[in-house]
Amino acid sequence: MPPFALTLGPVFFHWPAERLADFYRRIADEAPVDRVHVGEVVCGKRMPFSDPCWPDVIERLERAGKEVVLSTLAAPATVRERRSIDELCGDGRLVEINDMTALPARSGRPFVTGPFLNVYNEVAAAFLAGHGARTICPPVELSLTAIGGMAHARPQVEFEPFAFGRLPLAISGRCYHARLHGLHKDSCQFTCEKDADGLAVDTLDGQAFLAINGVQTLSNQVHAFCPEPSALAAQAVRRLRLSPHTCDMVEVAGIYRALLDGRLEPQEARHGLSRLDLPGTMVDGYAHARPGWHSVAAAG
Amino acid sequence: MMWPQRMELVCPAGTPATLRAAVQAGADAVYCGFRDDTNARNFPGLNFSVPELAEGVRFAHGLGAKVLVAINTFARVGEVDRWRRAADAAVECGADAIIACDVAVLDHVARNHSGRVRLHLSVQAAAGTPEAIGFYARTFGVRRVVIPRVLSVQEIAALNRAIDVETEAFVFGGLCVMIEGRCYLSSYATGRSPNLNGVCSPPEEVSYDEDADGMAARLSGFTIDRYRPGEPAGYPTLCKGRFAAGGKASYLFEEPVSLNAGSLIAGFKAAGVTALKIEGRQRGKGYVAEVVRAFRSAVDAVEAGGDAVEIDRLLAAQSEGGRQTAGAYRKTWR
Repeated sequence: MPPFALTLGPVFFHWPAERLADFYRRIADEAPVDRVHVGEVVCGKRMPFSDPCWPDVIERLERAGKEVVLSTLAAPATVRERRSIDELCGDGRLVEINDMTALPARSGRPFVTGPFLNVYNEVAAAFLAGHGARTICPPVELSLTAIGGMAHARPQVEFEPFAFGRLPLAISGRCYHARLHGLHKDSCQFTCEKDADGLAVDTLDGQAFLAINGVQTLSNQVHAFCPEPSALAAQAVRRLRLSPHTCDMVEVAGIYRALLDGRLEPQEARHGLSRLDLPGTMVDGYAHARPGWHSVAAAG
Repeated sequence: MMWPQRMELVCPAGTPATLRAAVQAGADAVYCGFRDDTNARNFPGLNFSVPELAEGVRFAHGLGAKVLVAINTFARVGEVDRWRRAADAAVECGADAIIACDVAVLDHVARNHSGRVRLHLSVQAAAGTPEAIGFYARTFGVRRVVIPRVLSVQEIAALNRAIDVETEAFVFGGLCVMIEGRCYLSSYATGRSPNLNGVCSPPEEVSYDEDADGMAARLSGFTIDRYRPGEPAGYPTLCKGRFAAGGKASYLFEEPVSLNAGSLIAGFKAAGVTALKIEGRQRGKGYVAEVVRAFRSAVDAVEAGGDAVEIDRLLAAQSEGGRQTAGAYRKTWR
């Protein structure tokens, strides 16, 4: 059986440049992941803060043997945001497309599609593959079986289910961090920086439900899909995506690496993850064609 | 760019009776869908069979109105043919345009029905930049894009200068707070979503539970809002609920408001918008007829150079009742 690969997706949160640099230094040195995404995906206003750190981060990751992917914005609007996509798409490295804005700039050269791009069926997957898609990280609401349906129909593209992290559920033109603080997006004061895993959103009855991260809404719960490697292989899936949080991501990557190598049982992997400082309880409903907040593995 | 002579009023038709009411009330075009999950208003008791659509097209064309058919969910893996057949059926019925978002549907229509039907890019495609819109136009021959509810009127004007396809802007009705086509909140809570099932916050998952504090409106067990005893309860739409974050309870995403951009009709015209769209395929024919009549007169007044006071007077009845917003069309909404 060919080996399974692990990807570390882009950081969704507004981490200061020093934090990003420290984080990726450790990922480069210690995390057993094959591919690492860098760059801002959620909010173009954050880019002036993080942009200066990327050249060193990329150099460090590549020196450590990681394949670096340049992620692009999910909801570009301003001229500056659109220009950033155009520039990133000109890079020789692999690029992650999160909005159709990037497709004409990147068409004909290899790219990854992120979970913000709507790839729901084998025809859409083939269309994108024809333009250069090499890896597709499908929308988070698709089940492993649905992803497998695409993977079996399109063996030339690699499918990468979102396996770990708060689920990216929605993106808006409105900034909820700004709104919560009585501000507008255009003068937001970057209050999202205070919430390095997003800010918890509970129901009025105290149920943990969602989390906000500027213009992004995530699940409060942490999607932690820990399948048997054979279950992935049966769906022609050979790669999983882990989404960065402030918990020990080296440890998370180590657990998934052991799971995919058959050194840990799914139950042991989940147990290992549950001992980390996760921002929410663990769920995996989407992977099983259930509501996203359901926890199927824990019940079984 | 072609500057339209006269803005088109695009109106919802959830049923054949509503289609007739909207056309008779002055709609330039109506939009509707088939009775299944190929369209984003997949509610019980709504939508059209193929014979009903054919009859609706005959009726609308007889009065000079167009029919736009929404096939605007994303085709399921292994079931793409069902979405293709819906597009084929719409063309057979004589539809003037198909409103689609999935590449699988756009590609099918472009390859097989080019010249027989126009392609409009659904708001569910979330294409809001010249690059994305240009790509859909070049690749599939898309003629019109329904613009995501993210852009201000000034930004729409700039967009229209940069593209050579028509734009259609929502002007009245329900308001999505998240970028449409990019929101999985509903499936996270309920297992069913706009993209996959054509539903959001579906009624079968709603419960109203009374307790000592009043009443909780819940969706799949998640409390979306609470009401004191005697306070009128609303529908628990996920993004219009009250939640606790950062130590305070608030309508974090949006208040229970609907969109009313009636005061911006002249602004849309100046921004080069081709068509104004009224949301509400789930609404009854009485409501639709009344809203369409009011907006018909307001659009006509704008076209005739009427002033803001006159437009406000014509739309006054539509501003009563529930709370309203102009949404992202005003920059401060962000």
